[in-house]
This record gives sequence, C-alpha cells and structure tokens, in this order.
Amino acid sequence: MTGRGRETMLHGKSLVVVGFVLAAWASSAIGQFPLAEEMSGQTVDAAHRADEQVLAPSPVPNATVESALFYLFGGALLVSAIGVCVCKSVVRMATWLFGALGAAAVLYFLMGATFLGAIQLIVYAGGTLILIIFGVMLTSKSPWVRFECRRIEFWAAGGVVGVLFCALITLLVGTDWPTPAVAPQPVTIAMFGEALLTTYLVPFEVASVLLLVVMIGAAYLARQERS
Amino acid sequence: MTRMSVPWRPGGKQVHRGPAALVAGIAKALYATFAPLVRAFPGPLLIGAIVAVIVGVWINYLVFEFVDDSLVASSTNLAGETGLLGGPLALGEVRAGLTTSGVPGSGILCYVLYPLQYGVVRDVVSMGGILGFISVIPLYTIWWERKVAGRIQSRTGPMRVGGWHGWSQSMADGIKLICKEDLCPASADRPLFKLAPYLAFVPAILAFFALPFGTYWVFRQVDVALVFILAMLGIEVIGVILAGWASNNKWSVYGAMREACQMVSYEIPMGMALLIPIMVVGSLSLTTVGDTQSEGWTSWIVFRSPFTFAAAVAYFVAALANCKRAPFDLPESESELVAGFHTEYSGFRWSLFFFGEYAAMFVVSGLCVILFLGAWYSPLPMSLADRWGLGDSVGARAIKGLLFAGPLWFVAKCVFLLYVQIWIRWTLPRIRIDQVLYACIQVLLPLMMVLLLGHTLYELFVPVHGFVWTVFNLVLSLIGAVFVLGMIFIATYGFWNRVGLVGSLGVETLPGS
Repeated sequence: MTGRGRETMLHGKSLVVVGFVLAAWASSAIGQFPLAEEMSGQTVDAAHRADEQVLAPSPVPNATVESALFYLFGGALLVSAIGVCVCKSVVRMATWLFGALGAAAVLYFLMGATFLGAIQLIVYAGGTLILIIFGVMLTSKSPWVRFECRRIEFWAAGGVVGVLFCALITLLVGTDWPTPAVAPQPVTIAMFGEALLTTYLVPFEVASVLLLVVMIGAAYLARQERS
Repeated sequence: MTRMSVPWRPGGKQVHRGPAALVAGIAKALYATFAPLVRAFPGPLLIGAIVAVIVGVWINYLVFEFVDDSLVASSTNLAGETGLLGGPLALGEVRAGLTTSGVPGSGILCYVLYPLQYGVVRDVVSMGGILGFISVIPLYTIWWERKVAGRIQSRTGPMRVGGWHGWSQSMADGIKLICKEDLCPASADRPLFKLAPYLAFVPAILAFFALPFGTYWVFRQVDVALVFILAMLGIEVIGVILAGWASNNKWSVYGAMREACQMVSYEIPMGMALLIPIMVVGSLSLTTVGDTQSEGWTSWIVFRSPFTFAAAVAYFVAALANCKRAPFDLPESESELVAGFHTEYSGFRWSLFFFGEYAAMFVVSGLCVILFLGAWYSPLPMSLADRWGLGDSVGARAIKGLLFAGPLWFVAKCVFLLYVQIWIRWTLPRIRIDQVLYACIQVLLPLMMVLLLGHTLYELFVPVHGFVWTVFNLVLSLIGAVFVLGMIFIATYGFWNRVGLVGSLGVETLPGS
C-alpha cells in the first residue's frame, strides 16, 4: 500500500511554474514600465521611440492583450475574494486574501503604477504573514478549528453586501466614463515622493503619528510587568 | 543466486518500445560518446563550458544590439509602427540591410534575425537565459557548499559522480529527486501543502526580472526595482510558512513560526540598511544606483562614509537571517526540528524549496553588490578606459567587459558573497531563537537607526570631495583593499601549501585534487 502518494509528474509542476512566470511576464510586457528597456539594451533612440509609442493612441493588439490580462487578474481577484468569505479555516482564508491582494497588485502594475504595486505586495505580504501567525495561535488547541457563522449573521452580512453591491453597480452604470485621447503619463517615484512631502504633507504626517501611537501602544501591551 | 525479497514487483530487463526506445537509444548513444570524454578531460570541459556560455550570451547581446541598430537606421518605416506583433521591418529589408553591411550568409541569417525585432521573441530568449541561470546557480552552489563543508570538516565532500571532484553530483541528485514519489501526509492541508513550494520558488524567479546584471543587462528596467525585489523576497517567506503550517507536523510548525519571527524582525534593519545607499544616489532604480559607482574602487558606495561601511555589514547580517542561512537557520535546524518546514516534503516539491533558497541567496548578494560593492564595475575606474582610447569596436568592448565593467564582474562579486555565506554557515554554530531576536531588536535595529540618522547628517553637513569626506573615503578604501588583498594572499598561500586532510587522515594530496 503506497498510500495517497503517486509518482512525481514533473511536467505538471513545471507547467504551474511556467504558468506563473508567463503571467508575470505578460503583465510586465504590457504594463508599460516607465523605462521598459529590454535585456538587449535598446539604444537611446529606440527608448525614445518607445516613449512616443506610449503617447500615441494605444494600438489594437496591445489593448486586446491588456484588457484580457485585466479580466484575467480581475477575475482572479474576485475568485480570491469569494474564497476568503467561503473558507472556514483561518490559514486558508489568509492565503485567499493574499491571492486577492496579489491580484490587486498585478492590476496596479498593469496600470503602470509600479511603486504602488510593489508596496502593496510588501505591506500585504507582511500583513498576511501576521494573519497566518494569528491563525496558528487561534487554532492551537485543535488543528482544524472552523469558523461557523450563525444563520442570522449570514443573512445580515449578505444584506449589507447586497445593498453595497447594488449601490456600486448603479454608480458604475450611471457614471459617464471619459475616454482619454492619450494614455496618461506614468507617475514616477520622484513625483510621488514630492507630492507626499508637499501637497499631502499633513495627511502623511498624521498617518505617521498614528502609526507611532500604535507602535507605542503595542510596546506597552507587550511589556513585561515589573514586580 | 537467490533473489532478495523486495516489496515491489521484480521486473526483468527494462524493454522500451516506440518513441521510448528512440529516446533511450539516443540517451545511450550520447552516454557512450560523451562519458569517456568527460572522464578524460573534466576540468577543461567545465571551464570550457563556462567560457562558452559567457561567449554565447555575449554574442546574443551583440545580435540584439545589431537588430536595434538596424531598426534605428531604417527609421523611415517607423510611422506604421504596430504593437505586440507585427514588426517595423520586412524580411526583404533585413536581408538588404545585412547585404549592405557585408555580413556573409545574409540569405540564411536574415531568417534568424527577422524574428528578433519583436519584443516578444526577445523576451522569450531572455527569459530562457534567466531560467537557465536560476537552474544552474543552485545546482553548482549546492555542490560547492558540499565541497567547502567537506574541506572545513576535514572531509573530501562529493568525489565520485562525474569524475572530477564529483562535479555532476547535484545533477544526479536532481534526477533522483524528480524520480522520487510525491508524498502528501494524510492529515495535511492538501491544497496549501501543494501550493507552498510554488509560493517559495516563483518569487525567486520573479526577483531576477528586475535584478540588473549590467547597465543594459536587465530584463525589465523598473524604476522601483529595489522595492519590487524586496516584495518578492517577502512573498517567498509566505510560501515557507504555509509549508510548515500545511504539513500539520509540530516540528514543521515550529520551523514556520521561527521563520515568521525572524522575517518580521529582520526585514526592518535590512530595509533601513538599504535606505542608506538609496539616500546617497536618490533613486530606487538599481541600474541608476549601479551606474553611480563607475569611477573605480574609491567610488563604491561602501567606502563613501563610515555609515555606509557599517550599513553594508549590517545588511549582510540581516540578509543572512532573511535567507535563513546559518547562523540563522533556525527554521530548518536539522538537529532539533528534523528539517523544519520541509520535513514532510519529498521529490520535486522539496527541491523547489532549495532552488528558491539558493536563488534568494544570489538575489540578496546581488542587492549587496549593486547597492554597496560597486555593482558591475571593476576596481579600475571607467575613465581609464577612455584614457586608453578604447572605442566601441567589438574587441575594445570585450576588453572593457573583462577589465572595467560587465555582467562578469557582477556575477563574480555575487559568487564571492555566496562563498562568504557558505563559509559562515560552516564556521559559526546556530544561535538560539531568543539570541536571534535579541541580536535584531536590541543590537541591529538601534545600530541601524543611529547609522541612518548619522548618514543623513553626514550627507547634509560634510561637503562631498571636501577634506573630511576625502580622508574618510581614502581610509575606508584602504581598509577594504587590505581586507581583499589579505584574503587573496591567504587563499593563494593555502592553495600552494595544500596537504590533503589533517590529523590521522592526513595524506599528501587528495585523490583528484
């Protein structure tokens, strides 16, 4: 009896790896990173030409692939978000949540907001980590503690979500979305930093103070009682 | 002769039919042809293969550049530019361009060069290069680690497979791992158990997407490359922790929890250490950071101020913890936790963790090299190349690539740092988890805060190329030079005076050395 194991199917696993990598490559190819030069090292002229291309109305094949990727990762986000709600084990929930946040990061990359995407990954990778740790702590008595909700909780939450969903759909349909004639310039990190320290200085400082308060509070809670 | 009792069905000689027979025949013929060659000239073949790979990659680079130049030259046709598919040049134009440049065999060559003008095709070629690199680096680092460990412990390490110092031991191990049974414990969380190795391996590949090997040698030039790579290293940890949790084994969970503690705490000093060179340059793009260090040994960021010098060391310590390398290898400490988070894994999934770990080791070494140790520039200043009158011909560029700047220097520096990681692993004992956290929160973190503040003030108040700045720069460069020359001297001395093993095992020369 060999149990539930089976022979390694190398091709299947390699396909998964290749699939991940291909998806990442496709988003990087379409994502129009501000300085999308290839390994070959385009000459300055070629890079310049690439800039002009970005400014020109988006050519058809590119736009098709871009929207295909948008729907792919948007769908992944949706599926992961549903997974968070449906799952009953904390760690699986955290994993689905990580999937949702990662898909959102890929959408940011697709929009050319590389800094936001990368920060999203860093912050939420850490956040998911903490969630998993809590999951392990909460379920330390028995490995498979399930989160069951009562019927009334289910309907209350469902009602709130339904109302919000309807509101969003109404808003989505009602808004007149303008189509920009030219693709917007990607925001560089320098512009971002400058805005953070000039226009948005007060919110930035307030957020920092808030985080400081949280940190001091956490240190106070974790401090050992001196007898 | 009596047959031993075995639990599996005894089979006779393996008989292949159909395509399998063809493949087996080819494999046998290849083995019969190459095995004697490999056995006779292992060393030259290994070195020859490395040189051939370097030359091949460089030719590829030149071809790409040639295509780019021809694209720019024929800028008349640029108006009708199309997107992902559909290039600016027709096949005839490529052939005509080749004929006018006097390249022999343009009739056939144009078919090779024509597809290369598409970004997709180039991406596929470059990605093949990256994947190949990621496969080779762990294979040979593992072999090297075993050799170094052997020497440090008065053993020889792998000696048999492949003939010369067991150089193909890792490949044999890889084949064995592929053939192993893929086990999943009955009480494991199956989907998470199967997902975890991918989460640990794929981010390591993705980090290479943004890691530059030279000014133009980067797959995607991202303006936030550093943040992107840090994000990828962070995701890798989630894979490790999920693996530990999903195995449903108390030792694995211990390993995963230790990894989580270690990661969450050491990410902070590591990020702060990386901020210092970023502050010097003012850009998060690794290519820009690398290119500021082109003026030789003294222009390397590590020698810029006492604070960058200390930050480089602190970064390396934090990076060791981040890659769970000894003395911070608590997540998989063999002596207490069996193998920590990967206790329950076998076969290909298990090897994915190792590929991920060694690729991450290369990535953190690469970050250290780019941000502190002069990136892809040699100790000689680039202005010297101009003074020698090296132009842009292929020969001059080969000399530049060997002496001044190029991916070779980058890889060499990274390989040295990999060696330092291996060396530390087999020298220092593992420290306890409370010592790990003490070292981070009470030593490294305050130190990094002081360094960050100190460097900010240094940049603000000490004028660049002023007296104080220059003195510090020269003294630190001198310390670095003494350190490197001392290491080279000790290594050479040890090599010339090598005697097999020490103690009662002592022999004059090791077999095969």
